[in-house]
Amino acid sequence: MVLRVKFRKYGRVRFIGHLDVMRFFQKANRRAGLDMAYTAGFSPHQIMSFAAPLGVGLESNGEYMDIQVNSLTSCMDVRNRLNGVSVPGIEVVSVKILPKDAGNAMASVAAASYTVRFREGREPDFLRETPMEQALERFLCKDSIRIVKETKKSVRQVDLKPGIYRLTWDGEALHMLVDASSGGNIKPVQVLEALLSDYQEKLKENALWVTREDTFARVEGEGEQRFQPLDGIGMDDGQYAASQAREREKEGNFG
Amino acid sequence: MSDRLALSDDILMKIEKPERYIGHEVNSVMKNLRNVAVRFAMCFPDVYEIGMSHLGIQILYDMFNAMEDVWCERVYSPWVDLDAVMRREGIPLFALESQDPIKSFDFLGITIQYEMCYTNILEILELAGIPLTAVERGEDCPIVIGGGPCSYNPEPLAEFFDLFYIGEGETRYGELLDLYKRCRGEGVGRVEFLRRAARIPGIYAPRFYEAVYRSDGTLDSFAPTEEGIPATVRKEVEMDVTHTSYPRKPVVPFIKVTQDRVVLEIQRGCIRGCRFCQAGQLYRPVRERDVEMLKEYALAMLENTGHEEISLSSLSSSDYSRLPELIDFLIEECRDRKINISLPSLRIDAFSLDVMEKVQDVRKSSLTFAPEAGSQRLRNVINKGLTREDILRGAAMAFEGGWTRVKLYFMLGLPTETEDDIRGIAELSNEIAATFFDRVPKEKRTNGKVQVVASTSFFVPKPFTPFQWAKQCTKEEFIEKAYFTKRAISEQLNQKSIKYNWHEADASVLEGVLARGDRRLSKVLLRLHEMGCLYDAWGEYFDNDKWMDAFSQCGLDPDFYIRERALDELFPWDFIDCGVTREFLLREWHKALREEVSENCRQKCQGCGAGRFGGGICFQDRPRDGGASSDSGPR
Repeated sequence: MVLRVKFRKYGRVRFIGHLDVMRFFQKANRRAGLDMAYTAGFSPHQIMSFAAPLGVGLESNGEYMDIQVNSLTSCMDVRNRLNGVSVPGIEVVSVKILPKDAGNAMASVAAASYTVRFREGREPDFLRETPMEQALERFLCKDSIRIVKETKKSVRQVDLKPGIYRLTWDGEALHMLVDASSGGNIKPVQVLEALLSDYQEKLKENALWVTREDTFARVEGEGEQRFQPLDGIGMDDGQYAASQAREREKEGNFG
Repeated sequence: MSDRLALSDDILMKIEKPERYIGHEVNSVMKNLRNVAVRFAMCFPDVYEIGMSHLGIQILYDMFNAMEDVWCERVYSPWVDLDAVMRREGIPLFALESQDPIKSFDFLGITIQYEMCYTNILEILELAGIPLTAVERGEDCPIVIGGGPCSYNPEPLAEFFDLFYIGEGETRYGELLDLYKRCRGEGVGRVEFLRRAARIPGIYAPRFYEAVYRSDGTLDSFAPTEEGIPATVRKEVEMDVTHTSYPRKPVVPFIKVTQDRVVLEIQRGCIRGCRFCQAGQLYRPVRERDVEMLKEYALAMLENTGHEEISLSSLSSSDYSRLPELIDFLIEECRDRKINISLPSLRIDAFSLDVMEKVQDVRKSSLTFAPEAGSQRLRNVINKGLTREDILRGAAMAFEGGWTRVKLYFMLGLPTETEDDIRGIAELSNEIAATFFDRVPKEKRTNGKVQVVASTSFFVPKPFTPFQWAKQCTKEEFIEKAYFTKRAISEQLNQKSIKYNWHEADASVLEGVLARGDRRLSKVLLRLHEMGCLYDAWGEYFDNDKWMDAFSQCGLDPDFYIRERALDELFPWDFIDCGVTREFLLREWHKALREEVSENCRQKCQGCGAGRFGGGICFQDRPRDGGASSDSGPR
């Protein structure tokens, strides 16, 4: 069965890269004594899948990994065991059992929400004349928000506009919900760079303090209702026990 | 627990692999400073990934932190990018656990594993804000103590260290730290502490010794300058390697380091007595760990780290007497846990091939032989008890078992080497390739071919080996030999199946200079440091011209240090008693020149002197002579 593990990443472990977080959990799963399922073949690997990779230096309250196990004590027990062998700053928040037809964490990712603060003294200069609310209003009214995306292989123009689902300012921080799918992933820094470019300004070095708040999958619905946190599906211990009971009842009816 | 980091976010975001500097890895030890009397910073003067792979530090880290009032933390050389930032911004070097400056520690312990890291040691001191030479240091500085294999000739580094610990750390550190606490209580000051420490067995305090040179540059005398300071320092040995410190919970790095696995040290020392090998002499006598202890630790370490691989560590694993039992146990335990077993330093024979077959599944990595010399004559000189027949038989078995890649390690520039010996490297490589074509029928050849990779390194004579008297080749001689080898290989029938690699020559020469160097080389190292030399063990940062300039500016000649030494010459390292006697080494040097081999420790005691330590293989039964109880026992 597949478990969806939600965890936070904060403090100094912000500087651990994505691949090393995966390595960390491979070893943590062993230390925790989880009954992991392995791939077949000559060099077996734990069957696991991570949702959207988090950039180095970012914090997160909503990271996800799916792990496949052969047996399970309880979700609560898995959570406690993992936290018992973890390091400060990597903290498992919840563990849920995924329904059989759920897609894996990586493939499900559609959006992510972020809180973005400016580090002290690195706020954009335009804020001295233009309030952020006003700047955002103008920014979001544009037909398109074009930026140049440079990868190792290519330089191309992309439009951020369709992928910015929400962008607000609470007086201290920006809150955004943006595309995080593999095809259209938007980084908060790209949004800010685009915003500042309207004022012929560049972000100051290491200007942003970014926290990913949660990671979302696409579901039926309109507007922001289209998105549901990745742990919106799946069952906790109580729900799983109830579903097992229902299964048994069904079998009983047919038996 | 404070989450304060020594480096700002701005710096951490700019440098490569910030994970090297943040600490907090699984099983790293945090302590409350209120309960800590002695703070010990343990340093490996190279980059984190190398330093974290070193077993000795893990053992000492575990040992120190088991002491209630001692907190041992780790520190490594910042990589060149961070090094530049720290110099520019004046950020003091810090320990990973507390992130506190090294200068506030009581001790800075530096393990000295290879000669080319000496420039990094000076950089560590400078970044820490500790005066480079020991005599300049005040009461506010940590005691800088060195250890590890290079401390068996500490003289080139003598000016920079307050103390050296000669031998295995398990035995005397408790005593040394107790003395430190007492001295601090009495308020006697740094120099008096060092004076008293110099009387602890195994501890060498360079400032209390004076070297006097002759006009030809050789040592005239080397003696203590004060009453009560011992004239010789005998190495320390842990004789009970079963009931001693060994980490059950080694630190698990976040990033992938060189040794990303559980390392189980099965024994110390080596029975073989290869004449070029320093480790084989320094770590005598051979002492095996109890197999039950190893089994228990293997499981505990796997559980506590979550590593996916376990590796056995020793100079020659095949010589561990309970190896089959241990390997069977590991295979059994690791199968269901999906843990790999890695078995370096195995001799290739029927047993090891069988074992490798079992642990390596179907994918067959390459097999490694270390003949070290190309001809039987030269192998006799170096006492490498591996014959051409052994190698060809092993290779034939391996090829029949499905292996198609063979790595061969040789040395160039060994004492008495001739062109015929070098040609032997090419011929042996050729014969191995031919064996493949002989033994494996065409239809069974995976990929249809065999790959033999012959690598040569350049021989560097080391202190406390029978070759400590030998001449080392110059750079030009080395390069000529490498070209000769290359040519000889290209003349072989199977040359297309043979790939040849050789090491850089100039760094090998300098390694030899430092290995057999004296106190005067401190000047050269200081000069190199001023010139900005760093990471000289890394080919891309090593600059031979700078080294040559530094020597000439200091009025010293590298060739002086690589010359053949007179039989009665006083060596800079002679004040150290490493257990093996100079008489034994000289006997072996003469035997080498006569092309005579010596039996290994298990076959027959050679009277090397290590029997004085009163244990290990010296006192175990031997198949032929009945062991220590007979007259041929340890001398």
